[in-house]
Amino acid sequence: MKKTVFFGALAATTLVAGLAGAATLDDVKARGELICGSNTGLTGFGAPDASGNWAGFDVDLCRAIAAVVLGDATKVKFVPTTGETRFTALQSGEVDVLVRNSTWTYSRDSELALDFVAVNYYDGQGFMVKKDLGVSSAKELDGATVCIQTGTTTELNLADFFKQNNISYQPVTVADDSEAQRQYLAGACDAYTTDASGLAASRATMPDAENHIILPEIISKEPLGPVVRHGDSQWGDVVRWTFYAMLIAEEKGVTSANVEEVLASTTDEEVKRLLGASGDMGAKMGLDNDAFKRAIAAVGNYGEVFSRNIGEGTTINLARGLNALWTQGGLQYAPPLR
Amino acid sequence: MAMATDVPKDSFRLSMLIYDTRYRSYTIQIVVLVLFAMAVAWLLNNTAQNLAARGKEFDFTFLWQRAGYDIGQQLIPYTNDSNHFRALLVGLLNTLAVAFWGCIFATILGVTIGVLRLSRNWLIGRLMTVYVELFRNIPLLLWILLTYVILSETTPQPRDFRVTDEMAAAGEAPAASMMIFDTVAVTNRGTNIPAPLFERGLGTLDLGFMSLNLTFWAILAVVVGSIWANRRLLAAARAQQEATGDRPVTWWKSILILFAPVIVMLVAMGFHLEIPELRGFNFAGGILVAHSFTALTVALSLYTAAFIAEIVRAGILAISRGQSEAAFALGLRPNRTMNLIILPQALRVIIPPLISQYLNLTKNTSLGIAVSYLDLRGTLGGITLNQTGRELECMLLMMLIYLTISLIISAVMNMYNKSVQLKAR
Ligand SMILES: N[C@@H](CCC(=O)N[C@@H](CS)C(=O)NCC(=O)O)C(=O)O
Repeated sequence: MKKTVFFGALAATTLVAGLAGAATLDDVKARGELICGSNTGLTGFGAPDASGNWAGFDVDLCRAIAAVVLGDATKVKFVPTTGETRFTALQSGEVDVLVRNSTWTYSRDSELALDFVAVNYYDGQGFMVKKDLGVSSAKELDGATVCIQTGTTTELNLADFFKQNNISYQPVTVADDSEAQRQYLAGACDAYTTDASGLAASRATMPDAENHIILPEIISKEPLGPVVRHGDSQWGDVVRWTFYAMLIAEEKGVTSANVEEVLASTTDEEVKRLLGASGDMGAKMGLDNDAFKRAIAAVGNYGEVFSRNIGEGTTINLARGLNALWTQGGLQYAPPLR
Repeated sequence: MAMATDVPKDSFRLSMLIYDTRYRSYTIQIVVLVLFAMAVAWLLNNTAQNLAARGKEFDFTFLWQRAGYDIGQQLIPYTNDSNHFRALLVGLLNTLAVAFWGCIFATILGVTIGVLRLSRNWLIGRLMTVYVELFRNIPLLLWILLTYVILSETTPQPRDFRVTDEMAAAGEAPAASMMIFDTVAVTNRGTNIPAPLFERGLGTLDLGFMSLNLTFWAILAVVVGSIWANRRLLAAARAQQEATGDRPVTWWKSILILFAPVIVMLVAMGFHLEIPELRGFNFAGGILVAHSFTALTVALSLYTAAFIAEIVRAGILAISRGQSEAAFALGLRPNRTMNLIILPQALRVIIPPLISQYLNLTKNTSLGIAVSYLDLRGTLGGITLNQTGRELECMLLMMLIYLTISLIISAVMNMYNKSVQLKAR
């Protein structure tokens, strides 16, 4: 009898373990809520606003996914993760998808067994210093104390950069952006280094933003994008095409404001497929046919999301640069929706 | 009469496994054992399944790959080209450094406070009580953060030490200046202290997997040798005292034996101090003791000292009053009574709980993450784990290492405990 119980327990374990890797899409639908791994708080990308609602560039992608899968952009639970905890949170199934300025790298694809499904922001690593330090290039930072977030690609790039330029530095390894800012503002570090977008976002929240400059050197490629667990390609496709739908919408001039109008009047076949007026694009992925339309109506197209959260005119004030559409000299390019 | 022993031998029923006291304890033990084995099997199986589902295998070879990151405080040579194992060692030594100094300071402070708390002086006794209650009733993490914030926010920036040409011309003093004959600089990043250097050091010996700093080990060997020789001298003196009743004069011999060899050796190797000086953004030269280290060590010592003080007080109170009264009756002064009569006996009561305090302190060093101190938890359990994605391997390795450290501390302290136990003579 004992044996039966034992093997019963083993079988049950196997089942549970087997399930953990399976269809996230079904889990999210059954739960009625998307759990999205976000920042601990990086204004413009992912941070709770004054009334506790999460807002930002990355957060809007999560909302778009919720609109696509659940039909309601508010049905998202945001879980704050640090650079160190984010991938464990994703792999253990604590979050369904991670949208948190995470760089797509070879070893994260292979060793960490993650799937980066798209690049929603092309970035690179930069340095921020106080103006009165009198430094105008990162190569002048010989002997400086540099604040760096642990568990990031940026801590590896930093080591490489200083080695290549034959200069030395003293690292101060901190857990998250707010601690880095505290140390940097208190003068415990001469420079703060992370993704240039993150620097701009941090600077925007500093009381004396005009006293800090971001140095011209960009020392790495940081393609940031949404991540899912390896081995669940159906879910990966959903996240990927939610993002591409937002890109296509921008390319075709579909916005949250005019989506109904366009749907009624358009003669463009791709737009019709995008908005669910022809074909069965949604169904092919286990979604409703107007799934992408709902996302565009809820958060807008890529350009809208960009300019609302981090674009020129906001406090973050980032130019589109590499993130302009390919038709405007940038790198953002969606495969055809057909 | 016969009725009481009339238990039929062959009628064993299953219910007896529970109701018969002869079998019950076996039943319980076997059930617990089976449950335990099942729990372990479940854990192992679950782990294996999940690893398989992630396409990961259990593998420690990542330890020999290039680490790629830099570490702020390194007690042995390390660069970002070293491997993860080397990073582990750097982290381990950082852990041990805090644990070592922490245990020493906590003991000195704890014993002093514990003894003073029993002082007849009302004010001193009360002050010590306040100290103990304050420190042991506020979480350690807060003490660490508080110490760190005080150290890093109240001290000047390195550039405040700078004397520009205009300032020199105007005869102005800089906002901050160095201490102790201009050899030590405390900035908001750390304490820069002079570094010992040798013009004719013995170099290093490369053993392949690690290199030994020969100068350091040679000095250590000489110091240990001198201490041993001095003990021999004192033992000989005692033997002579016991044999003849006359104790030979030893003090100048002791001093000679203890210090002359080291001094001769230091001079021969061209010992000198390298004084830190402001260069660029930071002080260069000398040794930088980062505030994360200082804060962690100080907070751990202050916190653990409160517990040690209580242990010491309890140990002293456990010695019967008759002992000190007998000592006083023999004309011993209170100081000597404490040192010769009370403390040696109290040690027997004090040491076992003291071991747990040392173990606590050592494990608590892993709170260093709060002040960005890269100890074992920060290197192996932090950056290495994160960059390689080997959570299971790193965690197991880390647990194993902490366990080993704790067992070693226990073993050493238990040995010491044996040596101070009452010996039947
Ligand atoms: N892109 C890098 C760095 C990501 C990262 O940690 N970014 C910082 C600043 S851009 C951040 O999001 N900090 C906010 C937080 O700590 O919650 C990576 O993936 O390793």
